[in-house]
Order: sequence, then structure tokens, then C-alpha cells
Amino acid sequence: MTLRISLVAAGAALILLAVIFELIRSRRLQERYALLWLLTGVVIFVLAVWRGALATFAHAVGIHYPPSALFIVASAFILVVLLHYSTVISELSERNTTLAQRLALLENRLQELSSPADGSARRSDRS
Amino acid sequence: MATRSETLQAAPAPDRRRRLRTVAIVPALNEAEQIAKVITELRDAEPEVEVVVVDDGSTDTTAAEARRAGAHVIRLPFNLGIGGAVQTGFKYALEHGFEIAFQLDADGQHDPRELDALIAPVVRGEADIVIGSRFLGLGQYAVPRGRRLAMAVFARVVSIIVRQPLSDTSSSFRAMNRRALRLFAHEYPHGYLETVEATVMASKYGLRLKEVPVLMRQRMFGRSSLTIPLAGFYAFKVVVAMFISLFRRTDYHLEEKP
Repeated sequence: MTLRISLVAAGAALILLAVIFELIRSRRLQERYALLWLLTGVVIFVLAVWRGALATFAHAVGIHYPPSALFIVASAFILVVLLHYSTVISELSERNTTLAQRLALLENRLQELSSPADGSARRSDRS
Repeated sequence: MATRSETLQAAPAPDRRRRLRTVAIVPALNEAEQIAKVITELRDAEPEVEVVVVDDGSTDTTAAEARRAGAHVIRLPFNLGIGGAVQTGFKYALEHGFEIAFQLDADGQHDPRELDALIAPVVRGEADIVIGSRFLGLGQYAVPRGRRLAMAVFARVVSIIVRQPLSDTSSSFRAMNRRALRLFAHEYPHGYLETVEATVMASKYGLRLKEVPVLMRQRMFGRSSLTIPLAGFYAFKVVVAMFISLFRRTDYHLEEKP
């Protein structure tokens, strides 16, 4: 693996880390969602700089060209980050649904309270 | 009035049925043209049933029309899809202490005169959920071939999963008791064809299902909102959801706390 690839990969990792840091600092990214990204940046940086570790890893999984291993590791991390976000989106949309339903039900109740001539009157003259 | 007494005779326990507070849940999306007619028909057939229209973010005057026709209207702030809309109705029914809830479409497909047939097994305590089936001999219900095939496949697969023959799992003409309401208020599938998933879910939770033959009309108004690619997407989604539901934990307690 050439020195140039190492430098480029390390530089890219550093830029990623800097961007994440800035996003957290300016409160556009919550720490809990940044942790996976930070981990991604750190791992890529470490493997880019520490070429022995990358070579060992590449050899262990049967990749002949170590920079490809770096690519694989980065892809794996990005995959994890995306999956994590999918779960976050699912949870948010679930909560969004529940909130919309709650809001609609409360609005309906408020309306019945403020204009008893509407639906609720029918209910009471039956009982 | 004559038709009403006839249908009541058909129901096994008219006196008991009369006392049970019943609500009809009608999810509606841009149905302003006919919603009033559907509600009026429903109230004429079953004057004691309260009607709740869940307006799923309509951009027309659906809510106003429904209110004018004498329904309670719950307006969702934005479109949730049929699953989320119906579930809002279930929550309403549960919170307002209704003992029986119906679900029926706003497009006039479901004939309110069939409600007594639908409700009877729930009243008798034989089932928690009763599904009105188009395919049990009553009437001829024309369905395009592709859709009919999909329906048949769903019916077959669901029948195997729930170990009970069901013929019309995508029917959204249903009646249920509070046990079922409690489950569905807690958890209900999203999106289209949600009734197929809901059937499997209910069975997994040990709810008793029953199908009764009903006469369904061709939709009185409008067209199916389903396009072919969309139908394919939902069919696929339902298959995946059914498969996964086989492995879901079902640890939600359905019994009402005293």
C-alpha cells in the first residue's frame, strides 16, 4: 500500500471527523446520533495510518490488496450507520403517528366539550 | 322500519344487542361527494349506532359533510394512511367505552343492512372479530382477475397461518369487541391491505375470528385508489409482514384491568 493512499484515506477520515465535530458543536447533530459516525471516522483514520493493522486484517479475511480492505471496512460502517438511521426513522414515524392520532382525538373531545349541540347531545339523549 | 324489525329478528339476542353501545368507524379520505349519503344510510339502518368518521387528512369538505350528516368527526392533522386512520377510530371507541365497533368503508361498498349479520357472533360471544366476506356465497362480487388472484393467495396463506379457513382476508367490513379493540388500539399495521396483517396479528394474540357471508355492493362512487405498481408493493409488504409476524412476540395483555 502506497503512502499516498494512506495519506488520502487519513485526510478523508480527518475531514469527516471535523465535519461531524462542527455539526455537533453547532447543535445540528445530536451526540447520540453522531457516535456511530465518530466511530466510523476514527476506525478509518486508524486503519489508514496504522498500515500494519490494515495489512493483518486484509490478510486474515483473504484480501490481497489492503486498500480494498479499508474500503470494505468503511462500507461496513456506513451500512451500520444507515441501518441505525432506519430504526430511528421507524421509531420517529411511529411516534409521529401516535401524536397525530392523540392530537385528533383531543381536538375531537375539545370540540364536543365546546359545542355540546353537536355529537355529544345525541349520545346523552339516548341514555 | 319494517326492514329494521326483520333484521332484528334475524339477530339472536335483540334485547342484549340493543344495550351494547356500538360505534361504526368510517375512515375517509376525500370522500366529500358521497360521505353524507353513506352516513345517512348507516343511521337509517341502525339509528342506535354512533358513527365516527376519521378524516385522514382530506383536502376537500369530507369533514364538514360528515358532521352535517350527523357523524362525529375526528380530523387527523395529516394523512396517516388507512391503517393509522382506522386505528384512530379504535382508540376513540376504546376511550369512549364502546362495547362493539364496526369498521366500514366510506365508498358505499359495505351495505349497513348487513351490520346485524356481522355483529351477531360478537354479541353471542362466539368471536372477538367478525369479518364480512364477499366470497361465501352471497351475491356476485366482480373483482378484476389480478386482484382476485392476490386475494385468493392472501386468503390461502392467512388460512394456513391462523389454522382456520378464511375466504376474504382483505375485507375491511368488520365487527369487533373490546378485547380486539384493545389490541388494535395498542398495535395496528400501517398502510394499505392492513386488514390482512391485522387478521394474522389478532390470531397470534389468541383472538377468535369468524367470517360471515355479506352482500357487498360494487363501490357506489369513485374508483379503487390502488394502481398496479402500488398494489404490487403493498402485496409484497403484506407477505413480508405476515412472515415476520410469525416470529413476533405477543406479550401485550388484552384483559381489561378491573
